[in-house]
Amino acid sequence: MYKLEVQDLHKRYGSHEVLKGVSLAAKAGDVISIIGSSGSGKSTFLRCINLLEQPHAGKILLNNEELKLVPNKDGALKAADPKQLQRMRSRLSMVFQHFNLWSHMTALENIIEAPVHVLGMSKKDALEKAEHYLAKVGVAHRKDAYPGHMSGGEQQRVAIARALAMEPEVMLFDEPTSALDPELVGDVLKVMQSLAQEGRTMVVVTHEMGFAREVSNQLVFLHKGLVEECGDPREVLVNPRSERLQQFLAGSLK
Amino acid sequence: MIFDYNVIWDALPLYMSGLLTTLKLLALSLFFGLLVSIPLGLMRVSKQPLVNLLAWLYTYVIRGTPMLVQLFLIYYGLAQFEVVRESFLWPWLSSATFCACLAFAINTSAYTAEIIAGSLKATPHGEIEAAKAVGMSRIKMYRRILLPSALRRALPQYSNEVIMMLQTTSLASIVTLIDITGAARTVNAQFYLPFEAYITAGVFYLCMTFILVRLFKMAERRWLGYLAPRKG
Repeated sequence: MYKLEVQDLHKRYGSHEVLKGVSLAAKAGDVISIIGSSGSGKSTFLRCINLLEQPHAGKILLNNEELKLVPNKDGALKAADPKQLQRMRSRLSMVFQHFNLWSHMTALENIIEAPVHVLGMSKKDALEKAEHYLAKVGVAHRKDAYPGHMSGGEQQRVAIARALAMEPEVMLFDEPTSALDPELVGDVLKVMQSLAQEGRTMVVVTHEMGFAREVSNQLVFLHKGLVEECGDPREVLVNPRSERLQQFLAGSLK
Repeated sequence: MIFDYNVIWDALPLYMSGLLTTLKLLALSLFFGLLVSIPLGLMRVSKQPLVNLLAWLYTYVIRGTPMLVQLFLIYYGLAQFEVVRESFLWPWLSSATFCACLAFAINTSAYTAEIIAGSLKATPHGEIEAAKAVGMSRIKMYRRILLPSALRRALPQYSNEVIMMLQTTSLASIVTLIDITGAARTVNAQFYLPFEAYITAGVFYLCMTFILVRLFKMAERRWLGYLAPRKG
């Protein structure tokens, strides 16, 4: 049984087709890296999974429960039942490229917000959990700081703690290290690696080939809205079959 | 030029009761104005064209006409109609205090609604996405993320609106109320000392403005600290 299943996802902006039928299936504990050049549709794909972008066709299933979709007047699909979408979103945590912490709340407030006000957890339990995860990602000393007063690496680790505090079924990472200084990237990647080792199910859009190779157990290479190649990252990255992936790796692996 | 202190000293009780009237007018109109402006501001960012249009029309008409004209329309204009004079609202609509508060509240609600709408529109898009991504409903997103953040960011502009409203309350003296300006008019009428009378009123307004500015600075430190540069 799959934790997360995406079937034949299509998405277009106007007449430009960004995704031409992309599928993905993640079992519990899978860490799937999605790589590809800019414009290949990898971020769009990830954002379609929790409907931050509206796909035009396709199916999304979380724990075998299908997200019910209906077309709106432009032909894009929206959730038939907002309650179901909210419930599914609360079980699919997302970590963004630009962190997207709520700027008027401290690190701790950011983390307890959704557990208390979406999941209905008591504030005391949420605070305990928040402190635990803040310590886990190594920013416990910054718990009362506002996002604007933290470094990018600290903000992203708080954002990961915020995602963890929801105890999600699957975590979605949208280029989590792309907005960070090279020296801060390592801290965030280490946290993500430890999450992978705990057996969390993760889908990661990334440019970090080292992470894709060492941490993930599945690799998906997207090109022009299609899965060009996929499989075990150690095989795919060492012996790329398609010319596209060979070119891509020649450009990115030094 | 000799400043006639004695007259002003003797008139101080009048000024003090004028100060109370000014404060009462200001507090009531700000309170009700703010209460109305939050839903109006939300309507102004609504994607429903009709909802948005109604709020737009309201703020356009109110901001597009002078405060004094609105006050005259409510205090003198409405009284012209028999229906109004015989309605249950007449006890209120014949009171200058009520009419002044009503006019001021309507006026400030329109300006404040636009401030709040602007602040809501300036919410970083990523923060809205983060709220959606954790599964918040629209109502919860407005209540927990958008409004708290927008209202904080509206503080500096709102402090300006409050100071403008303080000065605007002086119009109440035209509809028979004895606020600070009304007190000055009375003193001038009795002693024909326009300079002394109005400079005293000016000093009162200056002091109140000073206090308001300090209060808003404190409020900004308390609620907008996250936008300030990091200390220490």
